[in-house]
Amino acid sequence: MARARRIPGIDAATTTDLAVLKPFRPERAAGSADDLTLSRFLASLPWWAPAALAVLVVLWPVAGFAQGRFGFARETDALLRWIPYLLFSGFLLNILISILTMAIGTALGLVLGLAQISPRPVVRRTAWVITQTFRNSPWLVLLFIVMLAFPFEINIGSLTINIPDWIKAVFGLSLPIMANLAEVVRGAIQSVPSGQWEAADSLAFSRHQILWRIILPQCFKRMIPPWMNWYAILTMATPLCSLLGVEEIVTLSRQAMVAENSRPELLVPFYGFCLVVFFVYCYPIARWTLALERRFNVKL
Amino acid sequence: MATAWTSDQPIVSIKDVHKSFGELEVLKGISFDVMKSEVICIIGPSGSGKSTLIRCINALNDIQKGSITVEGIEVHDPALDKLALRKKVGMVFQQYNLFPHKTALENVMMAPVLVLKQPKDEVEQRARALIKKVRLEGKEASYPGELSGGQQQRVAIARSLAMNPDIMLFDEVTAALDPETVKEVLVTIKDLAAEGMTCMLVTHEMGFAREIADHIYFTDRGVIVEHGPPKTFFKQAKDPRTREFLSQIL
Repeated sequence: MARARRIPGIDAATTTDLAVLKPFRPERAAGSADDLTLSRFLASLPWWAPAALAVLVVLWPVAGFAQGRFGFARETDALLRWIPYLLFSGFLLNILISILTMAIGTALGLVLGLAQISPRPVVRRTAWVITQTFRNSPWLVLLFIVMLAFPFEINIGSLTINIPDWIKAVFGLSLPIMANLAEVVRGAIQSVPSGQWEAADSLAFSRHQILWRIILPQCFKRMIPPWMNWYAILTMATPLCSLLGVEEIVTLSRQAMVAENSRPELLVPFYGFCLVVFFVYCYPIARWTLALERRFNVKL
Repeated sequence: MATAWTSDQPIVSIKDVHKSFGELEVLKGISFDVMKSEVICIIGPSGSGKSTLIRCINALNDIQKGSITVEGIEVHDPALDKLALRKKVGMVFQQYNLFPHKTALENVMMAPVLVLKQPKDEVEQRARALIKKVRLEGKEASYPGELSGGQQQRVAIARSLAMNPDIMLFDEVTAALDPETVKEVLVTIKDLAAEGMTCMLVTHEMGFAREIADHIYFTDRGVIVEHGPPKTFFKQAKDPRTREFLSQIL
Protein backbone atom coordinates (compact mmCIF):
# COMPACT_ATOMS: atom_id res chain seq x y z
CA MET A 1 0.00 0.00 0.00
CA ALA A 2 1.37 3.37 -0.95
CA ARG A 3 2.03 5.75 1.87
CA ALA A 4 -0.50 8.47 2.12
CA ARG A 5 1.84 10.75 3.96
CA ARG A 6 5.48 11.47 3.13
CA ILE A 7 7.88 10.85 6.00
CA PRO A 8 10.65 13.45 6.39
CA GLY A 9 14.02 11.82 6.36
CA ILE A 10 12.72 8.68 4.60
CA ASP A 11 10.99 9.78 1.43
CA ALA A 12 10.99 13.52 1.87
CA ALA A 13 13.49 16.18 2.79
CA THR A 14 13.99 16.54 6.51
CA THR A 15 12.73 19.69 8.05
CA THR A 16 13.09 20.75 11.59
CA ASP A 17 12.94 23.91 13.57
CA LEU A 18 15.07 22.40 16.29
CA ALA A 19 18.73 23.22 16.66
CA VAL A 20 20.75 20.85 14.52
CA LEU A 21 24.44 20.08 14.43
CA LYS A 22 26.14 21.55 11.43
CA PRO A 23 28.21 19.08 9.42
CA PHE A 24 31.73 18.58 10.72
CA ARG A 25 34.25 20.75 8.88
CA PRO A 26 37.78 19.62 9.51
CA GLU A 27 39.38 22.79 8.24
CA ARG A 28 37.61 24.71 10.99
CA ALA A 29 38.13 22.14 13.69
CA ALA A 30 41.84 21.81 13.13
CA GLY A 31 42.51 24.62 15.52
CA SER A 32 42.91 27.61 13.31
CA ALA A 33 42.02 30.23 15.83
CA ASP A 34 40.87 32.53 13.08
CA ASP A 35 38.34 32.38 10.31
CA LEU A 36 40.73 33.46 7.57
CA THR A 37 37.75 35.32 6.12
CA LEU A 38 39.80 37.85 4.21
CA SER A 39 42.19 35.27 2.80
CA ARG A 40 39.30 33.09 1.73
CA PHE A 41 37.60 35.98 -0.04
CA LEU A 42 40.76 37.18 -1.74
CA ALA A 43 41.87 33.73 -2.80
CA SER A 44 38.44 32.98 -4.20
CA LEU A 45 38.85 35.75 -6.76
CA PRO A 46 40.24 34.57 -10.11
CA TRP A 47 43.83 35.36 -10.99
CA TRP A 48 42.84 37.77 -13.73
CA ALA A 49 40.88 39.96 -11.33
CA PRO A 50 43.75 42.46 -10.86
CA ALA A 51 44.24 42.59 -14.62
CA ALA A 52 40.55 43.34 -15.09
CA LEU A 53 40.80 46.03 -12.45
CA ALA A 54 43.85 47.52 -14.16
CA VAL A 55 42.08 47.58 -17.49
CA LEU A 56 39.14 49.31 -15.84
CA VAL A 57 41.43 51.91 -14.32
CA VAL A 58 43.13 52.59 -17.64
CA LEU A 59 39.91 52.59 -19.63
CA TRP A 60 37.97 54.81 -17.27
CA PRO A 61 39.22 57.99 -18.93
CA VAL A 62 37.77 56.63 -22.17
CA ALA A 63 34.39 57.39 -20.66
CA GLY A 64 35.51 60.96 -20.29
CA PHE A 65 36.72 60.87 -23.89
CA ALA A 66 33.33 59.61 -25.03
CA GLN A 67 31.75 62.62 -23.39
CA GLY A 68 33.99 64.67 -25.60
CA ARG A 69 35.55 66.86 -22.97
CA PHE A 70 39.04 65.42 -22.60
CA GLY A 71 41.34 63.17 -24.47
CA PHE A 72 41.69 59.96 -22.51
CA ALA A 73 45.42 60.11 -22.97
CA ARG A 74 45.63 63.02 -20.54
CA GLU A 75 44.37 61.06 -17.52
CA THR A 76 46.38 57.98 -18.41
CA ASP A 77 49.46 60.08 -18.93
CA ALA A 78 48.97 61.79 -15.60
CA LEU A 79 48.66 58.47 -13.84
CA LEU A 80 51.67 56.98 -15.63
CA ARG A 81 53.75 60.00 -14.72
CA TRP A 82 52.93 59.59 -11.05
CA ILE A 83 53.16 55.80 -10.79
CA PRO A 84 56.89 55.55 -9.88
CA TYR A 85 56.41 58.18 -7.19
CA LEU A 86 53.28 56.53 -5.81
CA LEU A 87 54.91 53.14 -5.72
CA PHE A 88 58.37 53.93 -4.44
CA SER A 89 57.60 56.78 -2.09
CA GLY A 90 54.10 55.70 -1.16
CA PHE A 91 53.46 52.01 -1.32
CA LEU A 92 56.92 51.10 -0.03
CA LEU A 93 56.04 53.01 3.13
CA ASN A 94 52.81 51.02 3.41
CA ILE A 95 54.84 47.84 3.24
CA LEU A 96 57.38 49.12 5.72
CA ILE A 97 54.61 50.09 8.14
CA SER A 98 52.93 46.72 7.76
CA ILE A 99 56.15 44.74 8.31
CA LEU A 100 57.23 46.74 11.36
CA THR A 101 53.73 46.61 12.81
CA MET A 102 53.61 42.89 12.27
CA ALA A 103 56.98 42.40 13.95
CA ILE A 104 56.01 44.41 17.02
CA GLY A 105 52.49 42.97 17.07
CA THR A 106 53.80 39.41 16.85
CA ALA A 107 56.28 39.84 19.67
CA LEU A 108 53.72 41.51 21.94
CA GLY A 109 50.96 39.13 20.84
CA LEU A 110 53.04 36.09 21.75
CA VAL A 111 53.68 37.47 25.23
CA LEU A 112 50.03 38.41 25.68
CA GLY A 113 48.81 35.07 24.35
CA LEU A 114 51.09 33.16 26.72
CA ALA A 115 50.02 35.40 29.58
CA GLN A 116 46.43 34.37 28.89
CA ILE A 117 47.23 30.76 29.77
CA SER A 118 49.38 31.65 32.77
CA PRO A 119 48.80 29.56 35.89
CA ARG A 120 48.53 32.82 37.84
CA PRO A 121 44.98 34.17 37.76
CA VAL A 122 46.06 37.82 38.06
CA VAL A 123 48.27 37.59 34.98
CA ARG A 124 45.64 35.60 33.09
CA ARG A 125 42.82 38.04 33.78
CA THR A 126 44.88 41.14 33.09
CA ALA A 127 46.02 39.68 29.77
CA TRP A 128 42.43 38.80 28.92
CA VAL A 129 41.22 42.35 29.61
CA ILE A 130 44.03 43.88 27.53
CA THR A 131 43.35 41.48 24.66
CA GLN A 132 39.62 42.08 24.61
CA THR A 133 40.04 45.85 24.88
CA PHE A 134 42.31 46.14 21.87
CA ARG A 135 40.53 43.49 19.83
CA ASN A 136 37.25 45.29 20.14
CA SER A 137 38.36 48.89 19.61
CA PRO A 138 38.09 50.62 16.24
CA TRP A 139 41.54 50.73 14.71
CA LEU A 140 41.18 54.34 13.65
CA VAL A 141 40.39 55.43 17.20
CA LEU A 142 43.46 53.62 18.49
CA LEU A 143 45.51 55.30 15.78
CA PHE A 144 44.22 58.75 16.71
CA ILE A 145 44.92 58.17 20.39
CA VAL A 146 48.48 57.04 19.79
CA MET A 147 49.14 59.76 17.22
CA LEU A 148 47.90 62.53 19.48
CA ALA A 149 49.05 61.18 22.82
CA PHE A 150 52.57 60.33 21.71
CA PRO A 151 55.14 63.13 21.75
CA PHE A 152 56.59 64.03 18.37
CA GLU A 153 60.02 64.17 19.91
CA ILE A 154 61.72 62.69 22.92
CA ASN A 155 64.38 64.58 24.85
CA ILE A 156 66.95 62.51 26.67
CA GLY A 157 69.31 65.04 28.16
CA SER A 158 70.72 66.97 25.26
CA LEU A 159 69.67 64.31 22.78
CA THR A 160 66.47 64.92 20.88
CA ILE A 161 64.90 62.06 19.03
CA ASN A 162 62.26 62.93 16.49
CA ILE A 163 59.49 60.43 16.17
CA PRO A 164 58.06 60.60 12.67
CA ASP A 165 54.34 60.18 12.16
CA TRP A 166 54.66 56.86 10.46
CA ILE A 167 56.49 55.34 13.45
CA LYS A 168 53.62 56.46 15.63
CA ALA A 169 51.27 54.83 13.15
CA VAL A 170 53.23 51.62 13.56
CA PHE A 171 52.71 51.75 17.32
CA GLY A 172 49.02 52.50 16.89
CA LEU A 173 48.40 49.65 14.47
CA SER A 174 50.48 47.26 16.58
CA LEU A 175 47.91 47.35 19.36
CA PRO A 176 44.98 45.67 17.58
CA ILE A 177 47.39 43.33 15.78
CA MET A 178 48.92 42.38 19.11
CA ALA A 179 45.51 41.60 20.59
CA ASN A 180 44.34 39.57 17.61
CA LEU A 181 47.56 37.61 17.39
CA ALA A 182 47.35 36.94 21.13
CA GLU A 183 44.07 35.21 20.40
CA VAL A 184 45.71 33.24 17.60
CA VAL A 185 48.45 32.10 19.98
CA ARG A 186 46.03 31.24 22.78
CA GLY A 187 43.70 29.37 20.43
CA ALA A 188 46.54 27.39 18.89
CA ILE A 189 47.94 26.40 22.29
CA GLN A 190 44.55 25.35 23.56
CA SER A 191 43.94 23.29 20.43
CA VAL A 192 46.70 20.91 21.51
CA PRO A 193 45.04 17.99 23.32
CA SER A 194 45.38 18.07 27.12
CA GLY A 195 46.87 14.58 26.96
CA GLN A 196 50.08 16.17 25.68
CA TRP A 197 50.34 18.25 28.86
CA GLU A 198 49.62 15.24 31.04
CA ALA A 199 52.11 12.99 29.27
CA ALA A 200 54.80 15.65 29.53
CA ASP A 201 53.84 16.32 33.15
CA SER A 202 54.23 12.66 34.03
CA LEU A 203 57.68 12.66 32.41
CA ALA A 204 58.72 15.36 34.89
CA PHE A 205 59.05 18.18 32.33
CA SER A 206 58.75 21.65 33.83
CA ARG A 207 55.95 23.91 32.66
CA HIS A 208 58.40 26.04 30.75
CA GLN A 209 59.84 22.99 28.97
CA ILE A 210 56.37 21.63 28.17
CA LEU A 211 55.35 24.92 26.60
CA TRP A 212 58.48 25.57 24.54
CA ARG A 213 59.57 22.04 23.70
CA ILE A 214 56.30 20.22 23.29
CA ILE A 215 53.25 22.44 22.92
CA LEU A 216 54.47 25.44 20.90
CA PRO A 217 56.40 23.41 18.28
CA GLN A 218 53.18 21.52 17.62
CA CYS A 219 50.99 24.55 17.17
CA PHE A 220 53.52 26.81 15.47
CA LYS A 221 52.37 25.60 12.06
CA ARG A 222 48.74 26.10 12.97
CA MET A 223 49.46 29.73 13.75
CA ILE A 224 50.99 30.57 10.37
CA PRO A 225 47.82 30.76 8.23
CA PRO A 226 45.89 33.03 10.65
CA TRP A 227 49.06 35.04 11.15
CA MET A 228 49.32 35.64 7.40
CA ASN A 229 45.63 36.43 7.22
CA TRP A 230 46.18 39.15 9.81
CA TYR A 231 49.12 40.45 7.83
CA ALA A 232 46.90 40.88 4.77
CA ILE A 233 44.22 42.60 6.86
CA LEU A 234 46.84 44.88 8.34
CA THR A 235 48.32 45.78 4.95
CA MET A 236 44.89 46.76 3.71
CA ALA A 237 44.41 48.84 6.85
CA THR A 238 47.60 50.87 6.40
CA PRO A 239 45.82 53.59 4.32
CA LEU A 240 44.08 54.52 7.57
CA CYS A 241 47.31 56.36 8.32
CA SER A 242 46.58 58.77 5.48
CA LEU A 243 43.88 60.32 7.63
CA LEU A 244 46.67 61.31 9.98
CA GLY A 245 48.91 62.71 7.30
CA VAL A 246 51.39 59.86 6.98
CA GLU A 247 52.73 60.08 3.46
CA GLU A 248 51.76 56.65 2.26
CA ILE A 249 50.22 55.76 -1.09
CA VAL A 250 46.75 57.20 -0.56
CA THR A 251 48.07 60.47 0.84
CA LEU A 252 50.46 60.79 -2.08
CA SER A 253 47.69 59.98 -4.56
CA ARG A 254 45.64 62.81 -3.16
CA GLN A 255 48.62 65.14 -3.38
CA ALA A 256 49.32 64.03 -6.93
CA MET A 257 45.75 64.79 -7.93
CA VAL A 258 46.02 68.22 -6.39
CA ALA A 259 49.18 68.75 -8.40
CA GLU A 260 47.17 67.78 -11.51
CA ASN A 261 44.68 70.58 -10.80
CA SER A 262 42.29 68.31 -8.86
CA ARG A 263 40.41 67.25 -11.95
CA PRO A 264 37.54 64.94 -10.90
CA GLU A 265 38.27 62.58 -13.83
CA LEU A 266 41.49 61.62 -12.03
CA LEU A 267 39.72 60.21 -8.95
CA VAL A 268 38.90 56.82 -10.42
CA PRO A 269 42.25 56.17 -12.14
CA PHE A 270 44.29 57.18 -9.10
CA TYR A 271 42.29 55.46 -6.40
CA GLY A 272 41.72 52.55 -8.74
CA PHE A 273 45.47 52.28 -9.10
CA CYS A 274 45.81 52.08 -5.29
CA LEU A 275 43.27 49.30 -5.29
CA VAL A 276 45.19 47.38 -7.93
CA VAL A 277 48.46 47.79 -6.05
CA PHE A 278 47.01 46.47 -2.79
CA PHE A 279 45.31 43.65 -4.63
CA VAL A 280 48.46 42.59 -6.44
CA TYR A 281 50.33 42.56 -3.14
CA CYS A 282 47.74 40.80 -1.00
CA TYR A 283 46.31 38.32 -3.47
CA PRO A 284 49.36 36.00 -3.56
CA ILE A 285 49.53 36.18 0.24
CA ALA A 286 45.94 35.03 0.45
CA ARG A 287 46.49 32.16 -2.00
CA TRP A 288 49.59 31.13 -0.12
CA THR A 289 47.78 31.30 3.22
CA LEU A 290 45.09 28.92 2.05
CA ALA A 291 47.60 26.59 0.44
CA LEU A 292 49.57 26.41 3.69
CA GLU A 293 46.41 25.90 5.67
CA ARG A 294 45.41 22.95 3.50
CA ARG A 295 48.88 21.43 3.72
CA PHE A 296 49.17 21.75 7.50
CA ASN A 297 45.72 20.34 7.99
CA VAL A 298 46.57 17.22 6.07
CA LYS A 299 49.78 16.72 7.96
CA LEU A 300 48.63 17.19 11.51
CA MET B 1 57.43 13.42 56.01
CA ALA B 2 59.92 11.76 53.74
CA THR B 3 61.03 9.12 56.14
CA ALA B 4 63.81 6.93 54.84
CA TRP B 5 62.20 4.29 52.72
CA THR B 6 63.52 0.76 52.61
CA SER B 7 62.51 -1.84 50.08
CA ASP B 8 60.82 -4.03 52.68
CA GLN B 9 58.22 -1.30 53.21
CA PRO B 10 55.37 -0.75 50.76
CA ILE B 11 56.63 1.14 47.73
CA VAL B 12 53.19 2.71 47.31
CA SER B 13 50.99 3.14 50.33
CA ILE B 14 47.45 4.45 49.95
CA LYS B 15 45.53 5.31 53.10
CA ASP B 16 41.90 6.40 53.28
CA VAL B 17 42.05 8.46 50.08
CA HIS B 18 39.10 10.74 49.31
CA LYS B 19 38.83 12.62 46.04
CA SER B 20 35.99 14.80 44.76
CA PHE B 21 35.37 16.65 41.54
CA GLY B 22 33.23 19.47 42.91
CA GLU B 23 30.19 17.86 44.49
CA LEU B 24 30.92 14.45 43.03
CA GLU B 25 32.95 12.23 45.33
CA VAL B 26 34.75 9.66 43.16
CA LEU B 27 37.05 8.07 45.75
CA LYS B 28 35.49 7.41 49.14
CA GLY B 29 38.23 6.13 51.38
CA ILE B 30 40.55 3.79 49.52
CA SER B 31 43.45 2.07 51.24
CA PHE B 32 45.97 -0.49 50.09
CA ASP B 33 49.69 -1.11 49.87
CA VAL B 34 51.87 -2.19 46.99
CA MET B 35 55.19 -3.89 47.63
CA LYS B 36 58.22 -3.58 45.41
CA SER B 37 58.09 -5.77 42.29
CA GLU B 38 54.42 -6.44 42.85
CA VAL B 39 51.98 -6.28 39.95
CA ILE B 40 48.52 -5.16 40.89
CA CYS B 41 45.47 -4.75 38.69
CA ILE B 42 42.56 -2.47 39.44
CA ILE B 43 39.33 -3.50 37.77
CA GLY B 44 35.77 -2.31 38.00
CA PRO B 45 32.91 -0.78 36.07
CA SER B 46 33.35 2.52 34.22
CA GLY B 47 33.19 5.53 36.47
CA SER B 48 34.20 3.60 39.56
CA GLY B 49 37.25 5.81 40.09
CA LYS B 50 39.98 3.46 38.88
CA SER B 51 41.69 5.94 36.56
CA THR B 52 41.30 8.77 39.04
CA LEU B 53 43.02 6.67 41.70
CA ILE B 54 45.97 5.84 39.51
CA ARG B 55 46.33 9.47 38.40
CA CYS B 56 46.44 10.56 42.04
CA ILE B 57 49.54 8.45 42.57
CA ASN B 58 51.72 10.66 40.37
CA ALA B 59 49.90 13.85 41.35
CA LEU B 60 48.11 14.43 38.05
CA ASN B 61 45.02 14.70 40.27
CA ASP B 62 45.04 16.03 43.81
CA ILE B 63 43.19 14.43 46.70
CA GLN B 64 41.04 16.01 49.40
CA LYS B 65 41.74 13.66 52.29
CA GLY B 66 43.99 10.78 53.18
CA SER B 67 47.55 10.00 52.25
CA ILE B 68 49.46 8.49 49.36
CA THR B 69 53.16 7.80 49.79
CA VAL B 70 55.52 6.69 47.07
CA GLU B 71 58.82 5.43 48.45
CA GLY B 72 58.10 7.40 51.57
CA ILE B 73 57.32 10.64 49.71
CA GLU B 74 53.95 12.06 50.67
CA VAL B 75 52.18 12.85 47.39
CA HIS B 76 49.39 14.81 49.07
CA ASP B 77 51.70 17.49 50.36
CA PRO B 78 51.46 21.08 49.14
CA ALA B 79 55.24 21.36 49.25
CA LEU B 80 55.67 18.19 47.18
CA ASP B 81 58.55 18.17 44.72
CA LYS B 82 56.47 16.97 41.79
CA LEU B 83 59.46 16.47 39.56
CA ALA B 84 61.19 14.21 42.10
CA LEU B 85 58.01 12.13 42.38
CA ARG B 86 57.54 11.87 38.64
CA LYS B 87 61.07 10.69 38.10
CA LYS B 88 60.15 7.65 40.20
CA VAL B 89 56.75 7.03 38.66
CA GLY B 90 56.27 6.33 34.95
CA MET B 91 52.83 6.54 33.43
CA VAL B 92 51.30 5.23 30.22
CA PHE B 93 47.95 6.55 28.99
CA GLN B 94 45.02 5.17 27.08
CA GLN B 95 45.58 7.65 24.24
CA TYR B 96 49.38 7.08 24.05
CA ASN B 97 49.98 10.86 24.00
CA LEU B 98 53.23 10.62 22.07
CA PHE B 99 54.67 13.94 20.96
CA PRO B 100 53.61 14.06 17.29
CA HIS B 101 56.40 16.39 16.16
CA LYS B 102 59.15 14.02 17.33
CA THR B 103 60.25 10.64 15.99
CA ALA B 104 59.90 7.49 18.07
CA LEU B 105 63.54 7.73 19.11
CA GLU B 106 63.27 11.42 19.99
CA ASN B 107 60.12 10.72 22.01
CA VAL B 108 62.06 8.23 24.10
CA MET B 109 65.13 10.46 24.43
CA MET B 110 63.48 13.78 25.23
CA ALA B 111 62.83 13.47 28.94
CA PRO B 112 66.21 11.97 29.97
CA VAL B 113 68.06 14.62 27.97
CA LEU B 114 65.99 17.64 28.95
CA VAL B 115 64.83 16.70 32.45
CA LEU B 116 67.63 14.50 33.79
CA LYS B 117 70.29 16.36 31.73
CA GLN B 118 71.97 13.12 30.81
CA PRO B 119 74.49 13.15 27.94
CA LYS B 120 72.81 12.74 24.58
CA ASP B 121 74.85 9.88 23.12
CA GLU B 122 74.44 7.83 26.27
CA VAL B 123 70.69 8.41 26.26
CA GLU B 124 70.48 7.53 22.59
CA GLN B 125 72.15 4.20 23.21
CA ARG B 126 69.72 3.42 25.98
CA ALA B 127 66.75 4.66 23.94
CA ARG B 128 67.68 2.37 21.05
CA ALA B 129 67.94 -0.55 23.45
CA LEU B 130 64.50 0.30 24.88
CA ILE B 131 62.95 0.48 21.43
CA LYS B 132 64.44 -2.90 20.71
CA LYS B 133 63.03 -4.17 23.97
CA VAL B 134 59.48 -3.16 23.01
CA ARG B 135 60.11 -4.93 19.68
CA LEU B 136 60.09 -1.84 17.48
CA GLU B 137 63.55 -2.07 15.98
CA GLY B 138 63.63 -0.22 12.69
CA LYS B 139 60.90 2.23 13.71
CA GLU B 140 63.27 4.66 15.44
CA ALA B 141 62.91 7.33 12.77
CA SER B 142 59.13 6.99 12.35
CA TYR B 143 56.82 9.71 13.54
CA PRO B 144 53.89 8.71 15.77
CA GLY B 145 51.50 9.43 12.91
CA GLU B 146 53.20 6.70 10.88
CA LEU B 147 52.83 4.04 13.57
CA SER B 148 49.85 1.85 14.45
CA GLY B 149 48.11 2.25 17.79
CA GLY B 150 49.87 -0.73 19.29
CA GLN B 151 53.25 0.49 18.08
CA GLN B 152 52.58 3.97 19.45
CA GLN B 153 51.63 2.52 22.80
CA ARG B 154 54.86 0.52 22.93
CA VAL B 155 56.85 3.66 22.14
CA ALA B 156 54.98 5.32 24.99
CA ILE B 157 56.04 2.50 27.31
CA ALA B 158 59.66 2.85 26.17
CA ARG B 159 59.42 6.61 26.70
CA SER B 160 58.36 6.10 30.32
CA LEU B 161 61.02 3.47 30.91
CA ALA B 162 63.72 5.81 29.66
CA MET B 163 63.34 7.76 32.90
CA ASN B 164 64.26 4.62 34.86
CA PRO B 165 61.15 4.72 37.02
CA ASP B 166 60.65 2.45 40.03
CA ILE B 167 56.94 2.14 39.44
CA MET B 168 54.92 2.01 36.23
CA LEU B 169 51.29 3.08 36.06
CA PHE B 170 49.19 1.83 33.17
CA ASP B 171 45.85 3.58 32.69
CA GLU B 172 43.68 1.40 30.43
CA VAL B 173 46.53 1.22 27.98
CA THR B 174 44.83 -1.27 25.67
CA ALA B 175 41.35 0.26 25.71
CA ALA B 176 41.88 2.27 22.50
CA LEU B 177 43.53 -0.55 20.57
CA ASP B 178 42.03 -3.07 18.19
CA PRO B 179 42.08 -6.68 19.40
CA GLU B 180 45.05 -7.82 17.29
CA THR B 181 47.37 -5.13 18.61
CA VAL B 182 46.28 -5.50 22.23
CA LYS B 183 48.40 -8.59 22.49
CA GLU B 184 51.67 -6.98 21.46
CA VAL B 185 51.26 -4.33 24.16
CA LEU B 186 50.34 -6.89 26.80
CA VAL B 187 53.39 -8.97 25.95
CA THR B 188 55.55 -5.89 26.53
CA ILE B 189 53.97 -5.28 29.94
CA LYS B 190 54.40 -8.93 30.83
CA ASP B 191 58.12 -8.74 30.04
CA LEU B 192 58.39 -5.75 32.33
CA ALA B 193 56.60 -7.49 35.17
CA ALA B 194 58.82 -10.53 34.74
CA GLU B 195 61.86 -8.27 35.19
CA GLY B 196 60.57 -7.19 38.57
CA MET B 197 59.12 -3.76 37.72
CA THR B 198 56.44 -2.63 40.14
CA CYS B 199 53.33 -2.23 38.00
CA MET B 200 49.88 -0.84 38.70
CA LEU B 201 47.38 -1.43 35.95
CA VAL B 202 43.87 -0.24 35.37
CA THR B 203 42.50 -2.68 32.87
CA HIS B 204 39.49 -4.32 31.33
CA GLU B 205 41.51 -7.31 30.13
CA MET B 206 40.40 -9.89 32.69
CA GLY B 207 42.35 -12.74 31.17
CA PHE B 208 45.49 -10.66 31.28
CA ALA B 209 44.85 -9.50 34.84
CA ARG B 210 44.40 -13.10 35.94
CA GLU B 211 47.65 -14.11 34.27
CA ILE B 212 49.89 -11.24 35.32
CA ALA B 213 48.59 -9.81 38.60
CA ASP B 214 49.82 -10.68 42.05
CA HIS B 215 46.82 -8.97 43.51
CA ILE B 216 43.55 -7.73 42.06
CA TYR B 217 41.43 -4.90 43.43
CA PHE B 218 37.83 -4.50 42.39
CA THR B 219 36.47 -0.98 42.82
CA ASP B 220 32.92 0.22 42.50
CA ARG B 221 31.49 3.67 43.27
CA GLY B 222 34.71 4.86 44.86
CA VAL B 223 35.43 2.03 47.25
CA ILE B 224 37.34 -1.23 47.05
CA VAL B 225 34.64 -3.85 47.14
CA GLU B 226 36.83 -6.89 47.05
CA HIS B 227 40.44 -7.86 46.54
CA GLY B 228 42.69 -10.85 46.52
CA PRO B 229 45.16 -12.86 44.48
CA PRO B 230 43.75 -13.76 41.05
CA LYS B 231 43.07 -17.42 41.85
CA THR B 232 40.74 -16.76 44.74
CA PHE B 233 39.45 -13.49 43.31
CA PHE B 234 38.09 -14.95 40.10
CA LYS B 235 36.88 -18.26 41.56
CA GLN B 236 35.49 -17.29 44.91
CA ALA B 237 34.24 -13.73 44.64
CA LYS B 238 31.98 -13.17 47.65
CA ASP B 239 30.47 -9.76 47.07
CA PRO B 240 27.40 -9.77 44.81
CA ARG B 241 28.65 -6.65 42.97
CA THR B 242 31.92 -8.37 42.07
CA ARG B 243 30.12 -11.47 40.96
CA GLU B 244 27.76 -9.48 38.79
CA PHE B 245 30.64 -7.56 37.19
CA LEU B 246 32.65 -10.68 36.53
CA SER B 247 29.67 -12.50 35.04
CA GLN B 248 29.19 -9.65 32.58
CA ILE B 249 32.83 -9.51 31.57
CA LEU B 250 33.97 -13.11 31.50
